[in-house]
This record gives sequence, C-alpha cells and structure tokens, in this order.
Amino acid sequence: MSDEKKPQERVGVYVCHCGTNIAGVVNVAEVSEWAGREMAKEGVVVARDYKFMCSSLGQELIQKDIKEHGLTRVVVAACSPHLHEKTFRTACNGGGLNPYLCELVSIREQVSWVHTDKSAATEKAKAIVAGGVRRVVHHEPLEPLHVPIHPATLVVGGGIAGIQAALEIAEAGYPVYLVEREPTIGGHMAQFDKTFPTLDCSACILTPKMVDAGNHPNITLLTYSEVEKVDGYVGNFVVTIRKRARSVNEELCTGCGICWEKCPKKVIDDKFEAGLGYRKAVYVPFPQAVPKYPVIDRENCTYYQKGTCKACEKFCPTGAIDFAQEDQVMTVEVGNILLATGWQLFDARKIPNYGYGRLANVFTSLEFERLSNAAGPTGGNIVLRDGKTVPKSVAIVHCVGSRDKNYNNYCSAICCMQSLKFAHLVKEKTGATVYNFYIDIRTPGKGYDEFYQRLIEEGTLFVRGKVAEITDAARNPGEEGKLIVQVEDTLVGKQRRIPVDMVILSAGLEPQPDAKEVAKKFGISCSADGFYIERHPKLDPVATMTEGIYLAGCVQGPKDIPSSVAQGAAAAARIVGKIQQKEIALEPVRATVNQEQCSGCRICNNLCPFNAILFHEDRMVSEVNPALCQGCGTCVAACPAGAISGTGFSNEQILSQIEGLLMLNLSSKEAAAA
Amino acid sequence: MSKPKFAMYWAASCGGCEIAVLNIHEKILDVDANFEVVFWPVAMDAKYKDVEAMEDGSILLTLFNGGIRNDENEHIAKLLRKKSQILVAFGSCACEGCIPGLANFSPIQQVVDTAFSTVSTDNPENVRPQPSYDMPEGTIHIPTLYPVLRTLDQVVDVDYYMPGCPPESHQIAAVIDLVIQVLQGKAQLPPKGSVIGAGGSTVCDECKRKRNEKTIKEFGRIQLMHADPELCLLEQGIPCNGPATRSGCNARCPSAGAQCIGCYGPAEGVVDYGARLVSAFASVIDSNDPAEIDRILDGLVDPAGQFYRFNLAGSLLRAAKPAWKSGD
Ligand SMILES: Cc1cc2nc3c(=O)[nH]c(=O)nc-3n(C[C@H](O)[C@H](O)[C@H](O)COP(=O)(O)OP(=O)(O)OC[C@H]3O[C@@H](n4cnc5c(N)ncnc54)[C@H](O)[C@@H]3O)c2cc1C
Ligand code: SF4
Ligand code: SF4
Ligand code: SF4
Repeated sequence: MSDEKKPQERVGVYVCHCGTNIAGVVNVAEVSEWAGREMAKEGVVVARDYKFMCSSLGQELIQKDIKEHGLTRVVVAACSPHLHEKTFRTACNGGGLNPYLCELVSIREQVSWVHTDKSAATEKAKAIVAGGVRRVVHHEPLEPLHVPIHPATLVVGGGIAGIQAALEIAEAGYPVYLVEREPTIGGHMAQFDKTFPTLDCSACILTPKMVDAGNHPNITLLTYSEVEKVDGYVGNFVVTIRKRARSVNEELCTGCGICWEKCPKKVIDDKFEAGLGYRKAVYVPFPQAVPKYPVIDRENCTYYQKGTCKACEKFCPTGAIDFAQEDQVMTVEVGNILLATGWQLFDARKIPNYGYGRLANVFTSLEFERLSNAAGPTGGNIVLRDGKTVPKSVAIVHCVGSRDKNYNNYCSAICCMQSLKFAHLVKEKTGATVYNFYIDIRTPGKGYDEFYQRLIEEGTLFVRGKVAEITDAARNPGEEGKLIVQVEDTLVGKQRRIPVDMVILSAGLEPQPDAKEVAKKFGISCSADGFYIERHPKLDPVATMTEGIYLAGCVQGPKDIPSSVAQGAAAAARIVGKIQQKEIALEPVRATVNQEQCSGCRICNNLCPFNAILFHEDRMVSEVNPALCQGCGTCVAACPAGAISGTGFSNEQILSQIEGLLMLNLSSKEAAAA
Repeated sequence: MSKPKFAMYWAASCGGCEIAVLNIHEKILDVDANFEVVFWPVAMDAKYKDVEAMEDGSILLTLFNGGIRNDENEHIAKLLRKKSQILVAFGSCACEGCIPGLANFSPIQQVVDTAFSTVSTDNPENVRPQPSYDMPEGTIHIPTLYPVLRTLDQVVDVDYYMPGCPPESHQIAAVIDLVIQVLQGKAQLPPKGSVIGAGGSTVCDECKRKRNEKTIKEFGRIQLMHADPELCLLEQGIPCNGPATRSGCNARCPSAGAQCIGCYGPAEGVVDYGARLVSAFASVIDSNDPAEIDRILDGLVDPAGQFYRFNLAGSLLRAAKPAWKSGD
C-alpha cells in the first residue's frame, strides 16, 4: 500500500458532544483539535466539535463548511449509523455534496457508553475518527436505485394482528393476499371465551372482523395455505403459495353443514378445542369460521385411508365434495409483506413436576378457554376432566415456562392478566375458591390494574411464590383425592401445601415451532428466543431490517390483543405509505463478483440470505444478481479469493479504516503512507 | 555492450528458493546468456564490500528471498535496494514472512531459548549467542536478532512480488523469459507493486476436483481419512486452503491428493490471508448451534498454522504487536 497516491480530498470532521452523552466521557474538543492537526496530512481541512450535530444548527454547520471550505468528504463522529446516518447524508446532500461521501462513525455506542476511563476513551475516539477519515477518502458518489412498488401486499397469518392489517390496507384501496395455514382465519383469539380486562366476548368482537376480511373486495383470502418461497425484493416480491386441497369445491359449497353432520368419523380436535372436544374428518373448526367451507382432513378420513365411505359426497346437496382435488401452487406479486404468524403455547409437559398430561385435572390455559367457552365442548361449564364434577377449589399457576431460565427467560406479558381473567370466570361460574400462584403481578395496561383490584375484592386468593410441584400424593389429612400445590409462600416465608380440585397452568407464549424456517424464507432475523427482530425496538417496532418486510402481533414478541391490533394497524399505515410513494429508493449498496478473480470455489453459493448468488457450472464462476442483492455483505466477507466486492464496502475502504484505527500501532513508515 | 547485471540474495530463509531457481534446468543458461551474475552468495563467491562498491542502480534485477530477521538482513536489503533497478521479493519469506515469520507468535527470548535448548542441541553450558564477543584476536560480531521477523516490503520499497514456497520453477522460468523479452523490447513490465509469476485467481481455479455448494459438518486430518480422489477436499472436511490461496502452482497439492496449505499467499487485493480464510471456513460450517460449532472447529487442530502458516509477518495481526519499536 506504500505507493498509493495521497488523497486530494478535502475532509471535514465533526465531533458531536451529544449533550453529555459523549462529552461526559470523551474529551471532544481534544479529539477535534487532534483531527485538525494530525489528520491534516490525510486531507482534513476543518475539524469542529459541536453540542448536537444532529440538530438543524449542527447540520447547517456542515452545509456551510461544504460551501466555504469546499469540502469533498465529511466525517461525523457521533452516534451509530443506525440512528443518524440518514440525517447526515441528507445534510450533506442539502449542502451540495453527494450523500454517500459522508461517513458516520460511532463514538457514543462504541466509546462513551462503554468506557469510563476518560483519557483512554478519548484516544479510542481519535482512532475511530482516524479510521473514518482514512475510509471516507475512498468513498465514491453513488446514486440510490429507484424501483417501483407493487401495490399489492401479502399478509401471512390471519390472527387478529393480520386481520386488522389486512382490513386497513384493503380499506385504503389496495389489494391484499391474506395467507392463513389453518382452514379459517381468526387465530388464537377465536378460541377464547372472554377477553381481559373488559370481559367482552371474544367471538363477538372478533367474528365481525373475520367476516369483513372474508367479504372485502380487496382481500384475497387464501386459507389452508402456506408460503413456499419468496423471491425478489422490496417493491417486487414474487411469492409462491401452496393452497392445500380442501377436497371441497368452493364454487359449489354453500357451507350448509350436512357433510360434517353425516361424516361418521370422529376425530379429537387438538387444535381448536385444545384436545378437549371432537370434530369430524370433514369439518370447519368452529361455526363462525371464515371462509365457511369445510376441509377434509385426509389423514383421518375413512375414504382416503381405507377407500370406502364417501358419506359426505353422498349427502352433499350441491356435489361440492371433490376427493380428487389437488394442491394448487400459485405465484403472486406483491410490494410489501407483513408477517403476523403469532405464537404457540409453551408445552407444559416440559415441566414434569407440574404433572400436565399425567394428572388429569391439571389443565393448560388454552384448555381452560375452551372449557369456559359457551361454544366449547362443555357448553361453558367449568368441570373436571370427568366432564361433570364442578371444582370447589382451583389453583391458577402463573409464569409457567416464562421468567424461568430453564425454559424461557422472558415474561410472556399476558399471563398475569389472563390468569386474573380465569380467576374471575371460575369464581363467577362455580363459586370455587381460587388461588393465584404468582411471582410478581404485572398489570401495566389500560384498565389492567383496576381489574386486579377488582379480583382482590372478589375474594380471589393470591399466593406469592413459584410453585415447586403439583402432586396427587396426599400426605396430610384433607389432601386425599386432591391435587396438592407445593409452594414456598415468600410473603409468609414458609412452605405451603394447598389442596385443590383443579389446576390451570398459565403457560407462556412461544414463537411458532417453524418460526426459524419462516424467518429464513422471508430473509429476516430471529432473536435467540425465536421472536422476530424489529428494525428498532423503540422507534421502529413494526419494520424489519429487510426492506419491505413488516411484523405485527406476537410474532415480534408476546403481547395482548390491543397491542397486536395496534401493531397490525401501524404496519398497515407504514405499508400504505410506501405504496403511495409508488417508488422506493434503495441503498445503492450491491455486491459484484470479479469474474476473473473468482475461482469457482463455491464457498459463497449457499450463503446469500436473498438467494442472489448463482453459480455458472460451465464457466465455473459465481455471479451476484444485482436485482436480488441487498448488499448485506455476507458473501463479500466470505469470499476467500477477495473476488466479491460491495459498493461502499470495498476492500480498500474497509482496510483503510482498519489502518486508520490501528494507526498508532503500525510502524511509522506504514502510518505515514496513506 | 555489457550484459545487464543480476543478483540473488537469501536472508532469513531455508534455501529452497535458491534450489527452485536452479531447478529451472537449461533455462538457467538463458540467465547466464542474458545477464552478468554479480552477486549470489549460494552460487558464487562475492563480498558485501563488492556490492557496496557498485554504482547505485547498477544491478538490473535482484531476486531477494528470505525475511528480515536481523540487522545483517536489513543492511543487505537496504544495500541491494539502492543498487538495484528492479527488486523482487522472491518467495514466501520475502513476500509475507513464511515459516520463519511464525516465530512472531513468541517473544524473541523464548525463540532463542527454544533454539538453544532442544533435545538435539549439544549445548552443555547452556550458552546463548552474544552480538559481540571478545577474543584474543579482537572483538567479533554476529548479527543482532530483531524482536520480530519482517517482510521485505516492511523494510524497503519493493517492485514486484513473486510468491511461493518456493516459487514454482515453471513460473520462475516464465518470469525470466519476460524480463529477457523486456530487455529485447518485446514486452513491457507490469505495473510496479504487481505480483508476478502467479495467477490472478486462487488455487481452486486450477484445481480439477469436482465441487458443490459447501457445507461442513466436520473437519478431519487428511492422514486419518480416505478422501474421495475426485471431490473437492474442503467439502470432505479436509481443511484445504485452496479457496484463499493465489493460483499459479497448477493446484499441485490438491492434484496430488494433499490439501493446499497456502504457500502462494493471499489472492489479489487480499491483505489478510488468515482473516479471509477464517471467514470463508466459518461461512460454510453447517450448524447454528454454538456447541456444535465449537466441536466442528476443534477439528482444526492448529489454527495458527492453518490460517497463518505463511503470512503471519505480513498479516494485519502484526499491528497488534508493534514489536520492532518497543522491544518485544
Ligand atoms: C390463554 C390465553 C388467553 C389470552 N387472553 C387474552 C385476552 O383476554 N385479552 C388479550 O388482550 N390477549 C389475550 N391473550 C393474548 C392473545 O392471544 C394474543 O395477543 C393474540 O392472539 C395475538 O394475535 P396474533 O395475530 O399476533 O397471533 P395468533 O392469534 O397466534 O394468530 C396467528 C395466525 O397465523 C397463522 N399462522 C402461523 N404461522 C403461519 C404460517 N407459516 N403461514 C400461514 N399462517 C400462519 C396461525 O394459524 C394463526 O391463525 C391470551 C393468550 C392466551 C395464551
Ligand atoms: S451482499 Fe452477497 S450475500 Fe449479501 S445480498 Fe448481496 S449477494 Fe447476497
Ligand atoms: S467465494 Fe469467491 S471465489 Fe469462491 S465461488 Fe464465490 S465468488 Fe468465486
Ligand atoms: S478447496 Fe482445495 S480441493 Fe477444493 S476445489 Fe479448492 S483447491 Fe480444490
């Protein structure tokens, strides 16, 4: 590198105080003076520090210098590019400088927030500035890529979050494909009896929305369907969807219900009825299902399994049963995608000492919802597993599988309120004594703590402590034939054994079992626990790091219905806003393979999260499709031949930055050479 | 007209580069026909003072092999730089430090202690070499060891780089041919700073083995495996450095059934060979489970040797240890 030309660029360096965020730890004045003096030979012509670079005054400072000092490059040492890269690029643009000639280096997240030694932090800030200056001189002016946005949207998951979003986008006048893998939309909310804290009937508030979604002219409902493949990129996704064969011709079916009445094959419904009730082999999950058409569950249908029966076909008045129907694979083009695939219940069997699956009268929360639901298998009677005994005492165990480092560390957010709801329902319907076993009661939500107060007044008993065991082994008089809840009551400070008739486990919310594969399919990232990662946890909770892909509801993390609906609506607003722009500017950061240098080693072939890399067998070289590449840099870093280079992230840029960072450590000869 | 002058020197190296030059067989006669060999310690008798007496720039071509280990190496490097028009860093040691450069992992005292106390060292008084020693005849000197080994271009300006441990004879012959053609006005020299006598891609480019998308579940040692002779070694879990190593050797090792160990150094534009290779291997490890990944990586028994065998002294890692300024 010793013989490269000295840069002829005129660089301006701006060191931000960020109030005391940076200035409290880094001597910002020293950094800017140092840059002005020591980096002059690297092209720095002005260096300043300023209280808030992101303020309009800070930005104007840059713009003024661009004009007065003829700056050709700008380095801002402030916060992370995540936050303000766009701000400073836009400022440069306003000053007449191509926005990509600006480099934002972080001395807040990477320095002041993580160090306490002021002089060492100041030295580190200098090194980071030096890296930025070394890098920025290699920047090239770039123009954003403009691509049109397809007006249609794909919504995956027809729970309350997905339904809300689909309706809002459709109402705004744009087409929506709503893909749901179950035979009906509605999601988990359709299973519930009442909803906290207002105790309105879940079906009463949900089904009108389901019907609206089913009837909306702008919504194409694709139930019993799943996304197989996603190609393309923001504005222009091409999505392959498999619509599984229902074995029912939707054109002819009127939803009259004769088929499921006549079907002789009863199947335990472990989906909608949580295993407590039955359905037929041809079925709709529940009477208000949308769409109204049944499906034949081929794994359980006698005809599919044994070759005879066809009762449904015989009785169907419109001849809608179609045993030969095949899956339909279709592709749709959409501009944006919303993932609202929700949650699954933590499997309480994983905690053997709670006895679920072994002790008959230990129920999960979803089972209880069905027990309590007037449309459920017991007609809303809260009874023990025998189907008739009304419990006289009920234990509700909070945080099952949540806030527990053996299972999930996180709080499932809804279980406290859901447990309180159950306590109320049990009390109201059976008059039983109800115990709530909790670690902490968490009721932050509108009307939530008031609901808790109401429960206390209703006489629900609260025991603070993590339940150790639920057993049917009686030790003391009065325990025979009961379930005994063994717990350390931390308020009283002693072990207690509380005998009850019924236990309800408030199991936590977990990501869907296929969350990781689905994330991969859509090119977004999952956190370690499997929930999808939003672009910014506070400021951008419904977008993802992948342009054009949005999140709503529990797919992003456990939450209640109001928050799921709010996210659905927020995501819809974001998407509609994008569609209305008609065009989207993409970061012009793309990878390219130098065909001469590529050895065809195929290291990169499997790596691209956007499937942008293809391998030419004939020439034994790899190539990046620029229309698919999102510039993530994965392949650039992986290519051992250095054959792939990313715009804005060339080897030269990165290495110069590293050299800048290490400047004080490299030999003086090398440091002097630019 | 007198013939253009040629020199070749060995600094910290094993001598293999010299043999490789002689191994060009009858082509060596072309060297003799076209050049006057003025300095080549391994092949002819010459004194440093003869070189010192030469006019600056009077040697047309100097092939310098070996790294800069001591003050003598440095002195001759600087001397030959001054006297030569074209200075070529010849072979892996001069280009990137090679095996002698691996000593940079250890403090120099430890290196010396190891060298003078091995089982096969006959050193009953456990002496260590001293830079100067008083004898009845006067004081004698030996060169002073530096705390780290440096590459040639970390000491002087280098015109061309010729990689390989040693460079392949056919490549040496081709370079000599080229220089002769330049002398005859039939060809032009490549731009200063270029790598010569090597390819522009990596070893895989010349390797004939079949290859697929790579997914590695296990690394193994070649001597313990029955490798498929047709299939890419890396895909079989044998840590082949071919993907990161500059082409030019005709994929000698993989063709012979052994993995590439990287003697031709990094590909064009790549500064840190080891980092490149680490990130390439890491990219194709087929697991998301940290414990399993650790287990897979345990299959790489000697990571330093795997990734930095030839290029430690030239790698970016050197910046972590500014040893030649501070002692060690
Ligand atoms: C027992 C219990 C009681 C609760 N009670 C209340 C309450 O009273 N009040 C309240 O505010 N909150 C309550 N909650 C929380 C509430 O369930 C959630 O807030 C809500 O269900 C979130 O909706 P969603 O649309 O994000 O997810 P879901 O309801 O899970 O919907 C997701 C939908 O996506 C579909 N899907 C999943 N993967 C795919 C795929 N790959 N392709 C296509 N479709 C897919 C699913 O089939 C489902 O229909 C309760 C939770 C529990 C466990
Ligand atoms: S930079 Fe490489 S890995 Fe990333 S999107 Fe582009 S082609 Fe794919
Ligand atoms: S990793 Fe690099 S050299 Fe290997 S196939 Fe991909 S582009 Fe070519
Ligand atoms: S990794 Fe090794 S064996 Fe595989 S193609 Fe490259 S050089 Fe050949």
